[in-house]
Amino acid sequence: MNDAANHESLPGLKAEARNLNFFYDKFHALKNINMPVYEKKVTALIGPSGCGKSTYLRCFNRMHDLYPGNRYEGAIEFHPDRTNLLSPKVDPIEVRMRISMVFQKPNPFPKSIFENVAYGLRVRGERTRSVIEDKVEMALRGAALWDEVKDRLKEQGANLSGGQQQRLCIARALASDPELMLFDEPTSALDPIATASIEELVSELKEKVTVLIVTHNMQQAARISDFTAYMYLGEMVEFGVTDQIFIKPQKKQTEDYITGRFG
Amino acid sequence: MSSIPLTADNLDSMSSPSDRLKVDHFRHLKERVIESIMFLAAFVSVVTTLGIVYILVSESTVFFRQVPLSDFLFDRQWTPLFDDAHYGIMVLLSGTITSSVVALLVAIPLGTIIAIYLSEFAPFVVREVAKPFLELLGGVPTIIYGYFALVFLTPLLQKIYPDLPGFNLLSAGIVMGIMIIPYVASLSEDAMKAVPMALREGSYAMGATRLQTSLRVVMPAATSGIASAYILGISRAVGETMILAVAAGMQPNLTFNPTEPGATITSYIVQVALGDLPHGSIGYQTIFAAGLTLMLMTLAFNLLGYYMRKKFREAY
Repeated sequence: MNDAANHESLPGLKAEARNLNFFYDKFHALKNINMPVYEKKVTALIGPSGCGKSTYLRCFNRMHDLYPGNRYEGAIEFHPDRTNLLSPKVDPIEVRMRISMVFQKPNPFPKSIFENVAYGLRVRGERTRSVIEDKVEMALRGAALWDEVKDRLKEQGANLSGGQQQRLCIARALASDPELMLFDEPTSALDPIATASIEELVSELKEKVTVLIVTHNMQQAARISDFTAYMYLGEMVEFGVTDQIFIKPQKKQTEDYITGRFG
Repeated sequence: MSSIPLTADNLDSMSSPSDRLKVDHFRHLKERVIESIMFLAAFVSVVTTLGIVYILVSESTVFFRQVPLSDFLFDRQWTPLFDDAHYGIMVLLSGTITSSVVALLVAIPLGTIIAIYLSEFAPFVVREVAKPFLELLGGVPTIIYGYFALVFLTPLLQKIYPDLPGFNLLSAGIVMGIMIIPYVASLSEDAMKAVPMALREGSYAMGATRLQTSLRVVMPAATSGIASAYILGISRAVGETMILAVAAGMQPNLTFNPTEPGATITSYIVQVALGDLPHGSIGYQTIFAAGLTLMLMTLAFNLLGYYMRKKFREAY
């Protein structure tokens, strides 16, 4: 569990799960998870379907609060102030203002490209036109989409191609200056070329933000992440520096999954 | 093998089908029969519609042979039963428009709010209980709504506004709005429920509140369905008869003031159709011209609804 500790000069912490348990009604979906999320690094969550990696990811922005019967136990401490994101005293809306999310399937809103990206700002009550315009442009540039859409900002977001839609969703998530970005299998609905561009984008993002990404694709985890966590049946089997996990995993179970003997 | 020319004849001999693969003529026939029955069922509704249009148009032609169209459209009086007969449809149309506007001012805001509540806010149990009640409201016969307007709402409104006459377009319109609420609410709710959860999650994940999500993401995504709900509401309002016949008084009155009594196209048709005017007289003929006007109006709204559905059809 503490393989990362061997690594010299660890970066700062952005968040840390401590004895995190999660229940869908009676189903115990996450079991006692402890894991650090390092600042301005990409951390990948891998594991077979149903292992709880998306469930875990969705704890960070309290998405489970949207559905009745879900219950958290334990803590996710969010640095630097070390607030427990899961505390009932913490407002999930405030959490989501600081932690944004990109979903598996691109889900642009039924609005123009511009309004899609401006959404988070408008929700936060930003009204100054010039501020919104600047932020939208910056976010679209950050998502490597600006050159493709700068002349058609008034068009519907749904008119873009799948890969462009996903980059639009990334721009949307970027526009509100999040501290942590969650990616839930962002390329699983995309073709290889669009996937490559998203991967490149994610690697660039870590200059500015901390990234936590769930992926089904182990090559993807190896290519873009600095740290990798392998989960199985709701448990965190192994966490470590990506190179170590892929070259010299400590656990037999991780090795079996990574080499394709299992999963 | 390639040297043998492939004619239909030797294709047949090459692939003589086993019994199981042979064409089943009986099944084929059965399917044709079923298809014809279904076609006939669909045909009945088409024929009925065409029949109605034929009657309206042909009977109206008789009317318009005696009354010029310009009189019909621009005359400011509607007195077809008097010696000094005038045939200005505007008089009836004003009653229809006034009462419909009142009804829609009630039904659209309330119906939309109910739809948003049921679709986005209400806990599961509340929705399961409230929806049947709402639909029950839509099943109450309109004549009962008419009496409700006449003996309950009008006296109530008279307490606030003593000059209100016993028959007026206002209370008929309000009650008509209450009658339409279930249609608007139920259809809008269906449209909003059909918006994929992924869109809502996207909005919540951006830090939006429930209300922001409902108004800024769910409603725009459901525009086509909500627009057709409104249009259906308008059609109901324009076509509603009994409430107006009972509560609005049936005197033709060119006014857009809801506190006055008035006749609408529909209530006028009831009045004449039930009266003792001889068939074929010009007075009787007016109801077809009025009916045609009504039908053209609802047709226009249906076309508008169709266009809106096309234009805003969602590709989620």
